[in-house]
Amino acid sequence: MVDTTYIFLQHYWWFIISLLGALLVFLLFVQGGQTLIYTLGKTEMERTMVVNALGRKWDLTFTTLVTFGGAFFASFPLFYSTSFGGAYWVWMAILFCFTLQAVSYEFRSKPNNFLGSKTFEAFLFINGLLGTVLLGTAVATFFTGSEFSVAKINLTNLANPTISSWETPWHGLEAALNLHNLSLGLAVFFLARVLALLYFMNNINHDELFARSRKHLLYNAVPFLVFFLTFVIWLFIRDGFAVNPATGDVFMQKHKYLLNLIQMPVILVLFLVGVVLVLWGIAKSLLKPYTKGIWFTGIGTVLTVLSLFLIAGYNNTAYYPSTFNLQHSLTIFNSSSSKFTLTTMSIVSLLIPFVAAYIWYAWKSINTKKIDEDELKNETHVY
Amino acid sequence: MEHFDLSLVNWSRAQFALTAMYHWVFVPLTLGLSLIIAFMETLYYKTGDQEWKRITKFWMTLFGINFAIGVATGIILEFEFGTNWSNYSWFVGDIFGAPLAIEGIMAFFMESTFIAVMFFGWNKVSKKFHLISTWLVALGANLSALWILVANAWMQYPAGMNFNPDTARNEMNNFWEVLLSPVAVNKFLHTTSSGYVLAGLFVVGISAWYLLKGRHILLAKRSIIIASVFGLISSIYLAFTGDGSAYQVAQKQPMKLAAMEGLYKGKEGAPLIVIGVLTPGKEYNDDKEPYVFRIQIPKLLSFLGYRSGNAFVPGIKDIIDGNYTYTDQDGKQKVALSAEQKIERGRIAIQALADYRNAKENNDSLGMAYNRRLLDENFEYFGYGYLNDPKSIIPNVPLTFYSFHIMVGLGFLFIAFFILMLCLIYFNGFKISRWLLRLSILMIPLGYLAGQLGWIVAEVGRQPWTIQDILPTVAAVSRIDSSAVQITFFLFFIIFTSLLIAELRIMFTQIKKGPNDGGK
Ligand code: HDD
Ligand code: HEM
Ligand code: HEM
Repeated sequence: MVDTTYIFLQHYWWFIISLLGALLVFLLFVQGGQTLIYTLGKTEMERTMVVNALGRKWDLTFTTLVTFGGAFFASFPLFYSTSFGGAYWVWMAILFCFTLQAVSYEFRSKPNNFLGSKTFEAFLFINGLLGTVLLGTAVATFFTGSEFSVAKINLTNLANPTISSWETPWHGLEAALNLHNLSLGLAVFFLARVLALLYFMNNINHDELFARSRKHLLYNAVPFLVFFLTFVIWLFIRDGFAVNPATGDVFMQKHKYLLNLIQMPVILVLFLVGVVLVLWGIAKSLLKPYTKGIWFTGIGTVLTVLSLFLIAGYNNTAYYPSTFNLQHSLTIFNSSSSKFTLTTMSIVSLLIPFVAAYIWYAWKSINTKKIDEDELKNETHVY
Repeated sequence: MEHFDLSLVNWSRAQFALTAMYHWVFVPLTLGLSLIIAFMETLYYKTGDQEWKRITKFWMTLFGINFAIGVATGIILEFEFGTNWSNYSWFVGDIFGAPLAIEGIMAFFMESTFIAVMFFGWNKVSKKFHLISTWLVALGANLSALWILVANAWMQYPAGMNFNPDTARNEMNNFWEVLLSPVAVNKFLHTTSSGYVLAGLFVVGISAWYLLKGRHILLAKRSIIIASVFGLISSIYLAFTGDGSAYQVAQKQPMKLAAMEGLYKGKEGAPLIVIGVLTPGKEYNDDKEPYVFRIQIPKLLSFLGYRSGNAFVPGIKDIIDGNYTYTDQDGKQKVALSAEQKIERGRIAIQALADYRNAKENNDSLGMAYNRRLLDENFEYFGYGYLNDPKSIIPNVPLTFYSFHIMVGLGFLFIAFFILMLCLIYFNGFKISRWLLRLSILMIPLGYLAGQLGWIVAEVGRQPWTIQDILPTVAAVSRIDSSAVQITFFLFFIIFTSLLIAELRIMFTQIKKGPNDGGK
């Protein structure tokens, strides 16, 4: 018996997860910017401007990460238990560097802050580097797979009731040694920097910072493109993890991810439009002094990442493949919450547009002016 | 048979306890201070008095410092369910994940968005919009607390779900039962009001320090009035909700109640221990007198736990030996099973699950139906099947007992303190003696202590369960090396402690600087 409502809900929640993931990648411009504080800011005032431009947004990125985690837990709990409990070191490293970040803005410029401003700036840098590279690497395993096993029957084994186990002692560190994973990690890192530069060009009113941002835009856009193309081309030629819809068996299929794009033309269009927008925003900002590049590249990033997530999970694909045993791979069907829970949460998700609207409204009302030296001198809450 | 790695469970527990307790250092202040700030700003809005604005901004600065580190410690907890309690995450994720997701969507975004307006909006948005934002921050903070506490309450008293052997997990079948279970309601009210009390103590204590130093007198006096009124109302309310919590514990977690009171042998008309010292080294089944010393109020425990002075309160030994009568959720009289029997029934349930899954693989529908019934009949004891020793259902009695009694004692102390403060303000024209001002400062750490002890009662008192009766910690943990957890434990310890020191120093410096340049 096929329950179409349930199948619809599983697709709906994979879409929400993908959307949150895509927004998260866009918002990682905060992390990217954190690696540029000293590259761009040559004077104390310039650095303060850069830090404050980022500091007003960090909580948004952070909250998106938290919500991404919570929503993943609620909609696909088997992923949560398998990946987090298994790839322990990668996730812990990501968490540690986000913890360090969260206090750094508030504490950096406060007197008597124990560790010193330089330490907090180092925390920001670490978060900018590791946070982006590791998140990118972790997401790449959606396409390349990991060595884990899942056996629910273990629950009845009194001495060892654990359902999911990682089958390599590296516990996630092995993912960073895979070149294909790493190409995405580095692409995300450079993308975050590109986005940050475009954001500064839009948000800070300061001639030297603008000029320097433009210069560095070129230096970061080139490696971004190299790594991104490496990842995508490799993705399109490699075999993918396909699911037989009748039996649920997982098998390797040639060019699975390319096929997914072709078989789902809407996603193909999303992907192409996304890539074009990313390039357009970068190119236009390089060619002339343009401040609105962030909008194009930002929206383009969301669309591109969204479509990559969607081809990982839709069209009978295993989004979290096990290379240890193909049949243990996770799909949106075998790892999701019950129909009841997905329905309940879908009702809650109707709030999302409302939440997005008030976020938009609140930010608009305090962002009427760009950041400049005068503003910072009059502002009472400075990082 | 492989042997279960106990050190893994214990390090994982230690890590969870460490990180949760650090989170709880910062959260209660956020819960209460956000409200106090909102009251203050409302007064500014109503009167237009610039001094109220200065006062609001001063407390807001301290709020910001505290908030950042509260957020930093929270993210770890959320992901720890996956990293360290992976089996748990699958077994109950269908129910437990939802509140966490709703919390992100509903509460965290609200808090973080309007905090930006609150801090950066003073010169950019209208006074009214700013005030609304400040209230929304307070609302967002309290909504954050709501959802996570619903999740925690569900672990103490699993409601609104059933077990699905096909997916090998518990599935939600009634959202409202999860959200509105009496345990959840009490837990939310008691925990948030404990945050309000702490914030009251915090504001009074710091203002008292200014009075001692003779600085910022107007700010200090106004703040003390607001915080004492708020603190008194909250602390009285806190005692009521605490009583509500204890009543729920008596009904749903009798072993926790027995540990809280150090009650080994049950009685009809059981007394409440007001102050007591436990006999060290007491075993549940020896004949040692349980207390070295005690002051007690006759029949009060029976009354508080069952709302009847002569009700029978089972002790630890009774719960292990079983064979006493009690009234279950549906009001039926039942004879309690012994721990031994519960373990046996748990084993039957677990075996039935295995047989059910085998039968399913062999398309044996008769076997499926039979084992399904067997499983359903015994599921309420499922978790006991993983235990070997009846004694392992006893939590750490001294820790639970002393934590409980100190918390309650402090609760009454705080009520008395706020009354005293308000009396001196009202009848004595703010003439507060220096020693009382000093004492006010000391109240701040005591407030923190009470909150931590409360969680120790709640969490240590429910050991060995992560989900009461259904999933013990040994069956909830992820399969990683215990050395890995040790490493992360120490990393957390070092990082959180450094950040705490940094926070305290920044906080103290801001307090010393006072409101004039406090904004920066
Ligand atoms: C300022 C802090 C504070 C103070 C003064 C009190 N509490 Fe409390 N208590 C808490 C802070 C707290 C808490 C941190 O909020 C806990 C931990 C878990 C929970 O639900 O609330 C808690 C738990 C807790 C529990 C365990 C609930 C459970 O296991 O689910 C009981 C029975 C009480 N409290 C009872 C009281 C009573 C009768 C008090 C007398 C006035 C009292 N508490 C004062
Ligand atoms: C922030 C306030 C909290 C504090 C201070 C706190 C404290 C503790 C402590 C001391 C323990 C260790 C008990 C032991 O192992 O002996 C513990 C365990 C645990 N708590 Fe809490 N807790 C808090 C909130 C929560 C909430 C809201 C949840 C769930 C939603 C939760 C879930 C757990 C889990 C899963 C464990 C580990 C398993 C266990 O040992 O029972 N805690 N907590
Ligand atoms: C184990 C259980 C808990 C988890 C998993 C958890 C998770 C989190 C996370 C991820 C954040 C960061 C949110 C952001 O990005 O803005 C956070 C902050 C917060 N949490 Fe927790 N939390 C737990 C326990 C609690 C409890 C028991 C309460 C209150 C009763 C609480 C109240 C808050 C509040 C008010 C914040 C905002 C920051 C702050 O107040 O310092 N949390 N929590």
